[in-house]
Amino acid sequence: MAAVSQLQRQFIEYTTSLYNEGYLDDQFTQLQKLQDESNPEFVVEVVSLFFEDSEKLLNNLATALQQKIVDYKQVDSHVHQFKGSSSSIGAQRVTNVCVHFRNYCEEKNLDGCLRCLQQVKHEYILVRNKLETLFRLEQQIVQAGGSIPMME
Amino acid sequence: MSMEYHEEDVPHVLAVDDNLIDRKLIEKLLKTSSCRVTTAENGMRALEYLGLRENHQEDHFNGNVLKVNMIITDYCMPGMTGYELLQKIKESSVLKDVPVVIMSSENIQTRINECLEKGAQTFMLKPLKLSDVKKLRHQLTNVN
Repeated sequence: MAAVSQLQRQFIEYTTSLYNEGYLDDQFTQLQKLQDESNPEFVVEVVSLFFEDSEKLLNNLATALQQKIVDYKQVDSHVHQFKGSSSSIGAQRVTNVCVHFRNYCEEKNLDGCLRCLQQVKHEYILVRNKLETLFRLEQQIVQAGGSIPMME
Repeated sequence: MSMEYHEEDVPHVLAVDDNLIDRKLIEKLLKTSSCRVTTAENGMRALEYLGLRENHQEDHFNGNVLKVNMIITDYCMPGMTGYELLQKIKESSVLKDVPVVIMSSENIQTRINECLEKGAQTFMLKPLKLSDVKKLRHQLTNVN
């Protein structure tokens, strides 16, 4: 059973790497600042909503791009949603792909859109895995009787 | 020792956004800044809540007066945009003095000007930070 300080160190290192590699940006820190005793699960709740919402959006995007006649306005509308929610939780790499995705929608470029769909799905899965790892680390710290270090 | 707020002291904010995650976020930001919050997922629902209907008939609430101290709305929403919602609020004799804040993820100067000219109090860029909302809250106390 790892000591609390060792887990905390792991947590700090992992979180730092997520920021350095651009998976997360300052907006994620903003979310953490909003978490308090009155709402100790706030970050997990918001991120879970993001996961659910993202999976729906990815399905909708795949369907929309499979149509014989693609409705690019509809596709763009889904991407806009995805861009918004990823930006709100600080999932920077997902947001960045969405920006390119929207450009392809405007150009009605099907190939570009399909490539972006693959990319955004990839980035989403990556950040989802990273966040799940982060939450698991947090749980381990709490279970070991420690407190989660605040990242500034 | 807990602070006891009288109903009148806590500003009541109506937050309008079609994005579920953003709604949850704005609600928390406002609650953390000591506001009472009601959320609506689109312009129509917001207008219904405010007692304004499409034909501009205004409901009067007997006794239980609906008091909204500020409306904060997203700009890009399906159906009715934040701008259109702002227009309807400013056209209402009952609600025209309620400050309206527009939020958007896009920093488009013409859009900002358009909203400010229509009477929006402020235009804020998403994603919102706690410091942004605290500033707004501070403005609310000054307005009142």
